[in-house]
Amino acid sequence: MSTHNEHASGRRRPGRSPRTYRFLAAALTLSAAVATSLAPAPQQAVAKDKTVLTVAVAQSVDSLSPFLASRLVSTSIHRLTYEYLTNYDPKDAHVIPGLATKWESSPDKLTWTYTIRSNSKWSDGKQVTAEDAAWTFNKMMSDEGAATANGSFVTNFEKVTAPSATKLVIELKKPQATMTALDVPIVPKHVWESVKDFSKFNNDKSFPIVGDGPFVLTDYKPDSYVRLKPNKSFWRGAPKFDELVFRYYKDQDAAVAALRKGEVSFVAGSPSLTPAQAASLKGDKNIHVNEGPGRRFYAIATNPGAQAKDGSKFGDGDPSLLDERVRHALFMAVDRKAVIDKVFQGHAVEGKGYIPPRFSTYFWQPAAGQELAYDPAAAGRLLDQAGYKKNADGKRVGKNGKPLNYRVLCHATDPNDKAVGKYLQEWWGKLGIGVTLNCLDNVTDPWLAGTYDLAFDGWSVNPDPDFVLSIHTCGALPATPKDTGATDNFICDKKYDDLYARQLAEYDPAKRADLVKQLESRLYDLGYMNVMAYPNAVEAYRTDQIKSITTMPSAAGNIYGQDGYWSWWSAVPANSGDSSGDSTSTGVIIGIVAGVVVLVGLAVVFAMRRRATAEDRE
Amino acid sequence: MTAEATPALVEGPAADPGDTGSAAGRGPRARTTTAYLRYVAGKLTGAAVSLLAVLVTSFFLFRLIPGDPVKFMTGGRPVSAQQIAAYRREFGLDLPLWQQFTDYCGKALTGDLGTSYQFRAPVLDKITEALPNTLLLTGTAFVLYTALGIYLGTRSAWRHGKLGDRLNTGLALTLYSIPSFWLGLLLIIVLSVGVGPVPGLFPTGGMESGGKEGFAYVLDVAHHLVLPVVTLVAVEYGQTLLVTRSALLDEMGSDYLTTARAKGLRDDLVRRRHAVPNALLPTVTLVFVNLGRTVAGVILVETVFSWPGLGGLFYQALSVPDLPLVQGLFFVFAAAVIVMNTLADLLYPLLDPRVGR
Repeated sequence: MSTHNEHASGRRRPGRSPRTYRFLAAALTLSAAVATSLAPAPQQAVAKDKTVLTVAVAQSVDSLSPFLASRLVSTSIHRLTYEYLTNYDPKDAHVIPGLATKWESSPDKLTWTYTIRSNSKWSDGKQVTAEDAAWTFNKMMSDEGAATANGSFVTNFEKVTAPSATKLVIELKKPQATMTALDVPIVPKHVWESVKDFSKFNNDKSFPIVGDGPFVLTDYKPDSYVRLKPNKSFWRGAPKFDELVFRYYKDQDAAVAALRKGEVSFVAGSPSLTPAQAASLKGDKNIHVNEGPGRRFYAIATNPGAQAKDGSKFGDGDPSLLDERVRHALFMAVDRKAVIDKVFQGHAVEGKGYIPPRFSTYFWQPAAGQELAYDPAAAGRLLDQAGYKKNADGKRVGKNGKPLNYRVLCHATDPNDKAVGKYLQEWWGKLGIGVTLNCLDNVTDPWLAGTYDLAFDGWSVNPDPDFVLSIHTCGALPATPKDTGATDNFICDKKYDDLYARQLAEYDPAKRADLVKQLESRLYDLGYMNVMAYPNAVEAYRTDQIKSITTMPSAAGNIYGQDGYWSWWSAVPANSGDSSGDSTSTGVIIGIVAGVVVLVGLAVVFAMRRRATAEDRE
Repeated sequence: MTAEATPALVEGPAADPGDTGSAAGRGPRARTTTAYLRYVAGKLTGAAVSLLAVLVTSFFLFRLIPGDPVKFMTGGRPVSAQQIAAYRREFGLDLPLWQQFTDYCGKALTGDLGTSYQFRAPVLDKITEALPNTLLLTGTAFVLYTALGIYLGTRSAWRHGKLGDRLNTGLALTLYSIPSFWLGLLLIIVLSVGVGPVPGLFPTGGMESGGKEGFAYVLDVAHHLVLPVVTLVAVEYGQTLLVTRSALLDEMGSDYLTTARAKGLRDDLVRRRHAVPNALLPTVTLVFVNLGRTVAGVILVETVFSWPGLGGLFYQALSVPDLPLVQGLFFVFAAAVIVMNTLADLLYPLLDPRVGR
């Protein structure tokens, strides 16, 4: 029977070919119809002419509740949706009115009275009153869950009351100069009083979220984006953009690509754009790379001998480091200019005092006689004086007869640590001191156990420097070697503590600034915390989407992570409109048409092959 | 006649003429059905035991990671000693280890995987939030690369040695060895940002642009899905292709295929209906292994394209370490692999009656 079929191959079946062609024609018409019906949809979305500011962020929101959130992206968003009692001036970060228009302290320094403004409304129309502020603080004082994020601000509060709608009274246990820097979002009592468990409530169930800041949070998708719209009745004036979107980009190179494409308006990097990313964006005429003084300091911390408040010492820091001359000599051998030029590639400023220069009220730098300038020869002489002479091999020998070798803790995730570490090996090697660089994923454990000699350290400083100063007091030490304390580097110096206590109780701004500078001078002389550099903030934005935006400090500074809402609130859209929207819709159309063409092509190929083998089939 | 009309899965000398693969009430069939049920019961028990072992392992494994969640979450900002103690109490870290373990096991068996330290939300919620996103990405990619791999693998093996085969294999090997994140970034630069006069066609990242409803939303997600899926398919299809190809090459020398050709069957049919089904068994193993991996997601691709899936969640959880979240995710990943392997084990005897006797 098979032979019969083979001979049948010559005969064509007239019914098949037209049917195949009819099928193809139908498929083509259908796909064309689909493509044209889809095309108008994206175009309609663009036709609205809405100005959108899209910010690429490198973190995802951990919680939308201001009582729980600790990540920078979350606190930045809360600054936009909830106002604080006070704000910071964009020019020089001095304290200016926020929710409170004026404030005064009692003669005994223990009672603060704030006048709450009467022209601020919640986004649901209700008036913002002192009762909201009192309720927020009292909640943090009484509810453990509500104290999670900002509880440290109320530890010294005795009582908080709101005798009238515009008067807030806070009574303290001890004088506290940081009462003009209470960075606590004030929430609406009428919305939050129904919350039962503050430790589990994330404020992400009903939108828009009621707030009184320049923006209102309208939409949130975890791990993806946060969308805000301007608060048209904001007392300082409404923002100019129609929408503000924070979009989460896990990979910063992808975020830079998105900026180049126009899909985002702003990229901040993590924590800043790398020199390579900044260099690659410099050529683009529609992109402006914003570089300004940063708020971080980058330092080498020296182990002063870990100790607890109960007097017990632990850890194994090298005893030679307890000699101030050794510490000074080590820092004098660090070529800070090389660190700025080679490691930061020019994107940093040489370190002087503890507080970065952009906080001009508190910035201090050492005088000529006090300064530990780069001088390796003098460093060598200082070590000789201290009794650490070089042996026959050129290695400096400690009191125990063994050559000096210091363990330096470095963060494995920070390329700057690794690079500077290599330089330290070279510079201190020339001095005759060995360096063992320990680059670890987790530096916390050896640090807290005191099993290190030196470590790379850095903090972000706020307009009120109290926190970064408090971490070097004896009061910050752990209670026992097993506990965790707030201390950064186990520094405990009576003179420092004395100055710190005085600045905390000093309400006169000029006198307080002077005390803070004395603190920085003492810290410098002690030599346990040597600041090498202040890394710059390097960010970039599209000038065809953002015409102007306020940095902080306004002369030159950063845009993302400001002490205030100045950047996003002041941003003015560029006239060219929504160029990114056009390219997306064209892209969608091209993509769909391309896909359809490919599918049709495959169908044609398939049909042709089936026709070729049709004769073989029975 | 029967051998040709119904595509038999096994036609080798070991085949019993009475076994045509369909269940009936006769004596020999009843025996194999009970044997199969016993086989199923054994495999299911094994899976349950594995799941329990994973539950226990996940608890202890992540406590070996250096790092204290409380220190991580309170580092860098002012916190009082009472707050630190409150954190420990909330996370249950002040309890002795054995008590934490019994609490964890007890809750897990009732379906409560705990509360995430950093997100303050139930772990199950965080997982069910991210799971559909990951399944969409890896599921789509899985279907495509499996189909592509099998199709190209069989064609390659059949035209073994010719130019088409060499091109296919070469291309597959090259793409398989490319790191997925590098390819992803390259695709973003070329197809998303656009090079020279070519405009960017696809978004640079994320799962959606936000603010769209209904069909526009589906289209938006599809638009975002293209590049990550292309990346995943490109780097993964090679594995399926090579395994299918080598399995088929092994089959091609068999006698029964010569018989089929001698009977006059078309080359196409010999390949499709006789050679491939028998060669597919190793591929089926691979398919199920890959299916188990789809839940774990591909963390590198999810990172490059900022896809809000389980991989990214796992990375965020590991850096704290967010113990409940990390344990929950680990359990889900392992469970997916165990379930898929069990399904593969259960399916084998149906595909190949020689297994499970």
